[in-house]
Amino acid sequence: MPAPFILDRSSVTQVMAWVLVALLPGVATYVWLFGPGILVTLSLATATALAAEAAMLKTRGYPAKPFLADLSAIVTAWLLALSLPSLAPWWLIVTGTLFAIVVAKHLYGGLGQNIFNPAMVGYAVLIVSFPVQMTQWAGPLELTATPLSLTQSASVIFGGDFPKATLDAVTMATPLDALRTGLLQQLTVDEVMTRSIFGHYGGVGFEWLAAAFLLGGLLLWALRIISWQVPLAFLAGIWLAAGFLHFFDAGRFGAPWFHLFAPSVMLGAFFIATDPVTGATTPRGKLIFGFGAGLLTIIIRTWGGFPDGVAFAILLMNLSVPLIDAWTQPRIYGGAKHPDKDPSA
Amino acid sequence: MSRTLFTFKGGVHPPEHKTESNTQPIHSAPLPRHLVIPLSQHIGNPAKPVVNVGDLVRKGQMIAAADGYISAAVHASSSGTVTAIDMQAVPHISGLHDLCITLETDGRDEWIERTPLDYLAMAPTELRMQLRDMGLAGLGGAVFPSAVKLDPGAAHFCPTLIINGGECEPWITCDDLLMRHHADDILQGVAVMRHLLGSTEILIGIEDNKSEAIAAMQAAATRMDFAVEIVPVPAHYPGGGAKQMIQVLTGKEVPSGKLSTDIGIQVFNVGTAHALARAVHHGEPLISRLVTVTGHVQRPQNFEVLIGTPMRTLITLAGERDGTTGVLMGGPMMGVPMPSLDVPVVKATNCVLVKSAELFPPLPRAMPCIRCTRCADACPAELQPQELFRFAKAGDFGRAQEYHLFDCIECGCCSYVCPSHIPLVDYYRYAKSEIWAREKEKRASDLARERHEFRQFRIEREKKEKAEKLAAKAHAARAHAAQEQTPRTEPGAGEGAASSEADARKALIAAAIARAQAKKAEVAPKNTDNVSPATQREIEEIEARRAKIRELARKPLESEEKP
Repeated sequence: MPAPFILDRSSVTQVMAWVLVALLPGVATYVWLFGPGILVTLSLATATALAAEAAMLKTRGYPAKPFLADLSAIVTAWLLALSLPSLAPWWLIVTGTLFAIVVAKHLYGGLGQNIFNPAMVGYAVLIVSFPVQMTQWAGPLELTATPLSLTQSASVIFGGDFPKATLDAVTMATPLDALRTGLLQQLTVDEVMTRSIFGHYGGVGFEWLAAAFLLGGLLLWALRIISWQVPLAFLAGIWLAAGFLHFFDAGRFGAPWFHLFAPSVMLGAFFIATDPVTGATTPRGKLIFGFGAGLLTIIIRTWGGFPDGVAFAILLMNLSVPLIDAWTQPRIYGGAKHPDKDPSA
Repeated sequence: MSRTLFTFKGGVHPPEHKTESNTQPIHSAPLPRHLVIPLSQHIGNPAKPVVNVGDLVRKGQMIAAADGYISAAVHASSSGTVTAIDMQAVPHISGLHDLCITLETDGRDEWIERTPLDYLAMAPTELRMQLRDMGLAGLGGAVFPSAVKLDPGAAHFCPTLIINGGECEPWITCDDLLMRHHADDILQGVAVMRHLLGSTEILIGIEDNKSEAIAAMQAAATRMDFAVEIVPVPAHYPGGGAKQMIQVLTGKEVPSGKLSTDIGIQVFNVGTAHALARAVHHGEPLISRLVTVTGHVQRPQNFEVLIGTPMRTLITLAGERDGTTGVLMGGPMMGVPMPSLDVPVVKATNCVLVKSAELFPPLPRAMPCIRCTRCADACPAELQPQELFRFAKAGDFGRAQEYHLFDCIECGCCSYVCPSHIPLVDYYRYAKSEIWAREKEKRASDLARERHEFRQFRIEREKKEKAEKLAAKAHAARAHAAQEQTPRTEPGAGEGAASSEADARKALIAAAIARAQAKKAEVAPKNTDNVSPATQREIEEIEARRAKIRELARKPLESEEKP
């Protein structure tokens, strides 16, 4: 047995548990503003993820107990569930979670080995394959005439045979979707923004959800589970890119605050782009990674084929991590003042 | 006026566990029946035995002499009879046995004649050789021969002298106790160091969790006739590492791959200064040291221990307890597990730490690296440990070296904070030893190839020379016969024939050399000819890296201090 013989009291399980705790304000806000349907989605995704994880561990000959106890599968499940429409059918949730755990995580080598964030791979697969089902978002309770109870939500998710008229009554376009559709109809940003689904900064309800994710993210930062570089650079990338476009043509491009206060941005900035496994490791690399993801999010939102771009932006930056890390190796103690110029010094 | 301190990046705050042992006075460990004294207690060449089995020796008598410049002598720690010179278990991480001299003590503890050194009157070189022959080596842990470090080299002086009283490793308190009780001796030793190095600035860094030691040293400093500054530094592991101590006290960094003396700073441990004072002022070679015996024992404390005393003796003295799970030499962060309790205390033994399952629970199962970079945040060498781990694990040692593997000081901070509980330092040690082994292999094969080539060349040359000699002989015989046939030629003609003969021989030799050279070029390795530019570049890079290791392997460690 080699030195050191003592350890700090930290563990992967502890790190993952704090991530789950930090998601709780977001989950609570979600239930409060959008109804309890999310709890069904979260539970189904968690159960699927744990089953898939256990099966894959067994197939790959790994001991199930320590790896299930690391909670990383549950983090993936929650991040995916929180990214999915709250009334997405059960098979969509199961497919996305299975893809995330089986393909994106275990086929790449399991915990610590995956190149792409599993939750975002699951999301990307679903939005590319099932774009219609990926828009079944329950509207905020404030704007919905007949809010769904927990059992009603469950029967929408599992039953699928919920009357179409009722479904239409409870689902709504997300603010990003509404803006996108409005702009395609040649409306200006201001004209679209007059609709009732828009609140102070983002959408009604959605902006509070974003704020709750921000709160959880700040908790992770305070506990030093995430570093400041990625979220700050991510938000800066969003703000600068959106602000730049808005400054030139406020009629065609949404305001930076609107873009920042989408829940996907806060979830992405503090919980997904900060995934250590798939993110950059050097301090400068983290800044580039976060900023690039923010910039790409706005580019995809504005010119891409999908209403939101956080998932694709993060996956594209995941792809660039080896290069970013190699280019941003920091100066070491006693190293040359310009390590870039003399890598072997 | 207090000094402006600097900070080093990274580091950790493990529980200190100092009070267990530092509240007790120092006791002398009793004279054991047998002393087992290893010949390789320092960095560099092992000492060469100068006694035989059966010889009677006295306390302080040299029993093995320094072998070369980077070496140190070894002495009998007490009087008695040499009973064996053989391989014995030694406190080394490899667990391998090493050459030791075993003494059966006679209980009289009779000293040799001790003569203090008049160091101010001695030539520096002579003084350093004396110190080498008195077995002085750094007592901070790395045991580098002190005489070498006291040589200011080409610069002729070393402006800053730092005495390291950091003692940042948890559990260990021997330097603390030494400073409390022997502050004057330490400073006497510092005076000798200052004299040899020509230092003008003397700083003694002590972690601020040792207030009594700081007070004792400050009081002693006022009694000295030269300026010495006692500087309390924040307790922050590995603040007692030489590079970290330099950075905290001066704000300077030792350039990668260089020595601290290259930036005008030399660092010694307080224990080394004390041993130096004993040597110079009392004529006592290094035959004992303070050892902290702590952890899972009944009475943790510090002992004055003769080199060669079995660790078992110390543990028995401190009160062995049930449930012992192992013994470390050193602290929990950098200590070395002992293969058995029969290994002797050596010059490097600052602490005997007894483990139990409660104090040192078995390390949890290692999980995969999640690249969280807590290790990078904790690394005082400012490396990227997660990348080094990846390369070491994959066997990509070249990349590991590019990512500054050899700047790792093995302090253990990365492993300490790793949430996946990966024994990171172990991977780095493995990678380093692999690189060294490959380098050694490469050198051996290079040497073999050179020898083979030279042999081919020599055989070829001898063949040619033989042929030429025969040819020349035959030619001479023919010329002689011709001369006899024409006895009446003019005097100049014979000379002309002789000179043309010499010319012919010269030409023959030149041709033979040319052939031999061509042959040599032929036997030169072919695999480096006709390579693509990319491969050539790669070869050059590898060669450059090898050159760097060779340099590192040859060079003495920059200082004795280990955190």
